[in-house]
Amino acid sequence: MKAFKDSGHLFRVAAVFLVGFIAFMVLRNLLVPRSFGRYGHYRADAIAEIAALPVSYAGHQACETCHSDIVDVKNKGMHKGVACESCHGPQAKHVDDPGSVVPDKLDTSMLCPRCHQANLAKPKSFPQVDAVEHSGGAACNTCHQPHTPAIGAGGSQ
Amino acid sequence: MNITRRRMLVLLPAAAVAWKYVLAGTPEASPNYQMTEHWWAMLIDITKCIGCGSCVRACQLENHVPDGYFRTWVERYHIEDWQMEYPKVDSPDGGKNGFPAAKETGGKNFFVPKLCNHCADSPCTQVCPVGATFVSPDGVVLVDQKYCLGCRYCVQACPYGCRFINPQTQTANKCTLCYHRITKGLTTACCEVCPTGSRQLANLKDPKDPIHEFLRTHSVQVLKPYLATRSKTFYYGLDGAVR
Repeated sequence: MKAFKDSGHLFRVAAVFLVGFIAFMVLRNLLVPRSFGRYGHYRADAIAEIAALPVSYAGHQACETCHSDIVDVKNKGMHKGVACESCHGPQAKHVDDPGSVVPDKLDTSMLCPRCHQANLAKPKSFPQVDAVEHSGGAACNTCHQPHTPAIGAGGSQ
Repeated sequence: MNITRRRMLVLLPAAAVAWKYVLAGTPEASPNYQMTEHWWAMLIDITKCIGCGSCVRACQLENHVPDGYFRTWVERYHIEDWQMEYPKVDSPDGGKNGFPAAKETGGKNFFVPKLCNHCADSPCTQVCPVGATFVSPDGVVLVDQKYCLGCRYCVQACPYGCRFINPQTQTANKCTLCYHRITKGLTTACCEVCPTGSRQLANLKDPKDPIHEFLRTHSVQVLKPYLATRSKTFYYGLDGAVR
């Protein structure tokens, strides 16, 4: 093949570039994940991976499917808006296997002051007490029922 | 192999079905969740926050955040009088175990819960050299843990201090707005446990979301609005001294 005089070296250089280009495309194809660039300059599969992580807090809707009696009691009192897992902690394992995973009993003298211990920075309308002065160290549930906390509100749980 | 007309008629529909699966890509973890129908945000009502630290504890348990690191935390501000430039701020262990009684009695005291602002124009995602952090199509700033090199650019770039390097994985870590929960129809762990409803997750693309009525009728701010990050964490009752 003689396109013009002494043109052979041009074709050899072009061949080297072509091989390099093909090698680049093959490597790029192997190394860049399939989903990279689907929505932007990132791996779109990462979104599905993060979404697939397991949950620890089941959500109050899950609790309410079984414990409707306690929901009825709670809805009568000031703790109506407080979700179950605010106090009882993460219970997704209990929801998955209610028989063998039993939630811990709670220590009200430790738990209640987390919210109700008096602090100047809390909103004035929020009910606050100095726990020691208020009860002398007695557990809060000696007098208050946590699900309907007002004394004499009629809750037994 | 000779391809007869009969064989071709069998193969074509089979190929069409197979091609559909090729186009579908990785199946979504939550089949009913549509990214295009969501634009996530959070509303924080400072006037309701009691600084109990439930959100901080719930976040650490839900997302396995190592001790001493925070995806969300609560700060307590104390401002004497007119010295708004010099507020006294404390946040013992991120407010995880509540706050000790305030010593200063004069002036005002209040709590400010903080978390990733999930900015629509986020400074942190722009600096990532490998495309490991991004704003998802539904408006959540996420980190691809498999792609992150741990170079710390994004940690420096966040003007709100919301990122850290996880000492266990040596990759950037931050609030995901509980992406694994909100895509399953649950609210975030912090919103779930907030006893006073101070924190509320919101979907700005849902016209029925109560946040729209709230935003239309209340004075709401974002943190550092002058940075034009288009933050999506809205604060009601925010004091000018808060950074």
